[in-house]
Amino acid sequence: MKNIDSRTHTRGESVYVDDMPVIAGTLYAVAFDSVVAHAKIKSLDLTEAEAVTGVERIFTYKDITGENQIGGIIPDEQLLAESVVDFWGMPIALVVAESEEIARVAAKKIKVEFEKLPVIVDPREAAKQNKLIMPPRTFQNGDTSAQWAKCEHIIEGIAESGGQEHLYIETQGAYAVPLENGNIKIYSSTQGPTAVQRTTARVLGLPMHKIEVDVTRLGGGFGGKEDQATTWAIMAALATHHLKRPVKCILDRMADMRMTGKRHPYSSDFKLGLSKDLKILAFEATFYQNAGAAADLSPAVLERTLFHANNTYNIPDAKVTAYSCKTNLPPNTAFRGFGGPQGMFVIEAAIVKAAEELGIEPTVIQEKNLLKDGDMFHYGQITAGCMAKNCWTRADELYNIKKTREEVDAFNAKNKLYKKGFAIMPICFGISFTKTLMNQARALVHVYTDGSVGVSTGAVEMGQGVNTKMLQVAATIFSISVNRVKVETTNTTRVSNTSPTAASATADLNGKATQLACEAILGRLKKRAAIELKANENDITIKDEVVYVKGNKTELTWPKLVTACFINRESLAEHAHYATPEIHFDTTKERGHPFAYHVYGTSLYTVTIDCIRGTYDIDSVRVVHDYGKSMNAAIDRGQIEGGIVQGIGWMTMEELIYNSEGRLMSNALSTYKVPDIYSVPKEILIHPLETEVDSLAIFNSKAVGEPPIMYGIGAYFALRNAVKAFNPSANIPLNAPMTPEKVLMGLYEKSVAFKSEALPV
Amino acid sequence: MIEFILNNKSIKTNLPPGMVMLDFIRYEQNLKGTKIGCREGDCGACTVLVGELKDGKVKYQSMTSCLMPIGNAQGKHIVSVEGINMQDLNPVQKAIVEEGGTQCGFCTVGFVMSLVGFCMSEKDSNYENAIAAMDGNICRCTGYKSLERAAGHIVEQLKGRDKNQIIPWLEQQQYIPNYFSKIPERLGSISKSKNGMIKKINVGGGTDLYVQKHDSMIHADIEFVFDNSALKGIKREGNTIYLGASATVEDIRSNDMMNQLFPRLRKHLKLISSTPIRNMATLAGNFVNASPIGDMTIFFLALNAGLTLNNNGVKRNIQLKDFYKGYKTLDKAPDEIIETIYFDVPGKNWYFNFEKVCKRTHLDIASANSAISIELEGSKIKSMNAATGGVFAFPRYLQKTCEYLTGKEISVANILAATEILQIEIAPISDARGAAEYKRLLARQLFLAHFLELFPDKVNAEELFQIETV
Repeated sequence: MKNIDSRTHTRGESVYVDDMPVIAGTLYAVAFDSVVAHAKIKSLDLTEAEAVTGVERIFTYKDITGENQIGGIIPDEQLLAESVVDFWGMPIALVVAESEEIARVAAKKIKVEFEKLPVIVDPREAAKQNKLIMPPRTFQNGDTSAQWAKCEHIIEGIAESGGQEHLYIETQGAYAVPLENGNIKIYSSTQGPTAVQRTTARVLGLPMHKIEVDVTRLGGGFGGKEDQATTWAIMAALATHHLKRPVKCILDRMADMRMTGKRHPYSSDFKLGLSKDLKILAFEATFYQNAGAAADLSPAVLERTLFHANNTYNIPDAKVTAYSCKTNLPPNTAFRGFGGPQGMFVIEAAIVKAAEELGIEPTVIQEKNLLKDGDMFHYGQITAGCMAKNCWTRADELYNIKKTREEVDAFNAKNKLYKKGFAIMPICFGISFTKTLMNQARALVHVYTDGSVGVSTGAVEMGQGVNTKMLQVAATIFSISVNRVKVETTNTTRVSNTSPTAASATADLNGKATQLACEAILGRLKKRAAIELKANENDITIKDEVVYVKGNKTELTWPKLVTACFINRESLAEHAHYATPEIHFDTTKERGHPFAYHVYGTSLYTVTIDCIRGTYDIDSVRVVHDYGKSMNAAIDRGQIEGGIVQGIGWMTMEELIYNSEGRLMSNALSTYKVPDIYSVPKEILIHPLETEVDSLAIFNSKAVGEPPIMYGIGAYFALRNAVKAFNPSANIPLNAPMTPEKVLMGLYEKSVAFKSEALPV
Repeated sequence: MIEFILNNKSIKTNLPPGMVMLDFIRYEQNLKGTKIGCREGDCGACTVLVGELKDGKVKYQSMTSCLMPIGNAQGKHIVSVEGINMQDLNPVQKAIVEEGGTQCGFCTVGFVMSLVGFCMSEKDSNYENAIAAMDGNICRCTGYKSLERAAGHIVEQLKGRDKNQIIPWLEQQQYIPNYFSKIPERLGSISKSKNGMIKKINVGGGTDLYVQKHDSMIHADIEFVFDNSALKGIKREGNTIYLGASATVEDIRSNDMMNQLFPRLRKHLKLISSTPIRNMATLAGNFVNASPIGDMTIFFLALNAGLTLNNNGVKRNIQLKDFYKGYKTLDKAPDEIIETIYFDVPGKNWYFNFEKVCKRTHLDIASANSAISIELEGSKIKSMNAATGGVFAFPRYLQKTCEYLTGKEISVANILAATEILQIEIAPISDARGAAEYKRLLARQLFLAHFLELFPDKVNAEELFQIETV
């Protein structure tokens, strides 16, 4: 079925936070933020700003009635800076006025004196100075030190991947409304309603039950609203708390880009050991994660980097270490893939470097080392239902790897000014929150007396179609028309203590909870049907809104049955709880079974570069993806296509640039470029590999949110491959994104055609 | 007082004419279908259609309402999504739903409006134009493939469209509600003119001013020159082409005469911004903005164009290459406005090329751009004008490089020697669009690319780019 929101989306009738009817008396909040990346605040003068007509009040940390603390994992981040700012864009004050325009004008009149402190933007520099968010972590399997002597080839190097701006088209925002008795209702564009509730309560010094958070939908999240939506919700709530007026806080685009964290840039060292027959005998990596100025979700992101450091390869002896480095960038945060892509980029870079040095195709090393059932991940989980080889083989059958390579080579032999490149990017991504306790969810299902159904879960709809899937679960379990089911807003008073909509696990967790709730109600309905029809309960089935006894249709329809239940005072509602079974992880040993299952896939890339201009096209991305058994093929296809393009963007044109002062230079859509309709691959083919082995996925429909983004990594290596076809001796750093700049510099690197040292400066 | 029609509603407003249409629609009219994504014309979430009455017909173009002052709506028909919604989804909306072309939905209305604009446009309703209509819309969820598929369906369905009866046909086929056919008559009764007092800031399309001075423009004392008929039009007189200062990039792109002069004009201008921005951005706006990387400036520098400036009736002419004095510094008095841009019609053996490279090929600001015009006499260069952007404090006319090559044969040796001079004429700095070293290399590559594009028979590519033959 289609995304249930698509009709209102195309009509502009879907409601986002800023579209809600404005309540009379609403005020508007604008954050005043730091224009230096690290400094002591010597003085803050609000006088002139406060005098602006229409300004209601300007808040600073002194107005915080609870704790000035928004750090979720580690309490290391202030909502409003007290004596020190430690990133460019850190909020210092909150201007609340009768209009956003007035608040903006007033914010410009705030005077602040800074005493500058040293700025660090480079994670390695931070590590050198021992500025770490937390102690480093190491995952280890076997004994790498014993393996190096056995290796025929040892390849070492550095790989770096850049950050990524989420660029949800709807910017961050919230609308806080005062209720009676000092309670506050917050409409927030957040992936984590409970995080907003919990942290607002903490900052305001209120119990959680006084804060209600409601989310209809998000205009895109991608991880950027998992933790970082919280700040803006609290800003609005803080003002509401004091002023007892509704307060809206919506960021403009440049404020959003400047003040919020992004995907973590990583700089990493790798060492890869291969046997004579190209088996990976040992792999070591050290990851330097650029966490920014506070922990935010960095520790969890870093953990996933370690989990995915092997990508989809069997590496019996592996040792990977990660440092979460504290710099003066805005605190970096969740972004689709959550550290996994950064980890995978490094192992792929190591393989490509090895292949280049050995003069072979990277695909040879890749294929030889794919995981198979029974292999052990470097964190102790044993592979089960492994589809790594199945995806690769199916891709070869469908798309012919050898022939594709030959066609690329033939083109390159004929063409001097254009070169094609080829790469394969296989993926393996673990599904579950790596923090085991977060793998729980609840759903509240109401069946109304007319037979219509309302479903509330902790899932947040942000375009990924989770509400459609929840609706499908209820309609399927009850065997009723989808038109009878409505998915409610995500609200902390209906479903509490939720995990954020993240980790690709939301449909599984909330879907299973919905399934349990529906099944409980269905059990009561069947019992009632058995009584009404004087039949055995086990002989009752409901199909397409009609009750069957031993497969024979009866007169008892869904609405009649529901009414019968109600008349007999039987509950038509259920609040069910689901916790993923089997999973566990021991962080003291860094071993366990953290994932419910893994998702696999293989993608083939061909690209063409213009060797005069350094520009390029992605010709095709051809994929075999492990769907399990998709419960909504259209939605899942959209997730994969969108994930691929977002991943390609990260690897190609999306370049976050901070200067040495810690100022974001790519601070608007004019300087930070995401893929447009002309820059997407000309062809994206997605072949579903249908399997039925994973019972922990809802209806065996495997999680699809994050895995596809990692396909994007193939674009980087295909472009590199094309540059090498033009300039085989080019020494190209393994440094993503591969912008047209890097392509052109690579094409003419060490070439006689361009001697930069000979040029006038 | 500003008077226009919004959807099916006649609007008369005394709100500040500098207010942008986006805010007017969302917050004054409470129509929340039009979304705010970036407020700088770079995402298309706020796309609306703007219809202008010409010869009894209303011509609709897509524009980003975030950069459009309501002062520029005088006498026009503005269409937001609410103005096309009917009981059932229209074929554009249906196609997007069917193909899963909407995920989070926030950008969707912008795509809907761009595609409805495509359906209403007199341009050929082919697939390429349908995709081009969406070139100003950014979607972060779908990866665009579903929107491409939707566009394919729409193109199919438009096959029966009668090009001479577009609006009635679209009404009949339920693409748009049936109030559209009455719009020409209704617009006819609204004055197109605005008051003529001398104002402090001249605003054309607003595509630069509203990005740079967003906060202050609402209360600015604005003279709206976008629809000033004295500043419109493209005409030929004798051997000279005259372009009105308020000619938009789209005016140039769709002009037959310009297309005859520049056979690759559409290819060149496709590299410049996006459809909605090309519909708004004026030539003079690009020139006075004085961005070192202004695409149209580089284009016209290579034509050695001249400007007629008007200072309250006192006119003077100046060559475009002499107009720039330093970073964002012009040879222009505060009250002077550009009235006309002119250039001589080139002779027979004349060649022109435009090159542009950015991080993203379309809807992006160049890392470097370059344009050249060459007139040959026999095999020698009789005259030449070249300019390159993004590599100097202002759009750089390559005076010495041109002088060097004038009178010389087109040969690899001469061209390569010229690139050495080009390198002296430029002084790029490192910024978000690339390192200085890269821009030097790129400026050289683009300069060489001109010759390969224009004279493939006269230059050997491998020699020109010094590609080692393996």
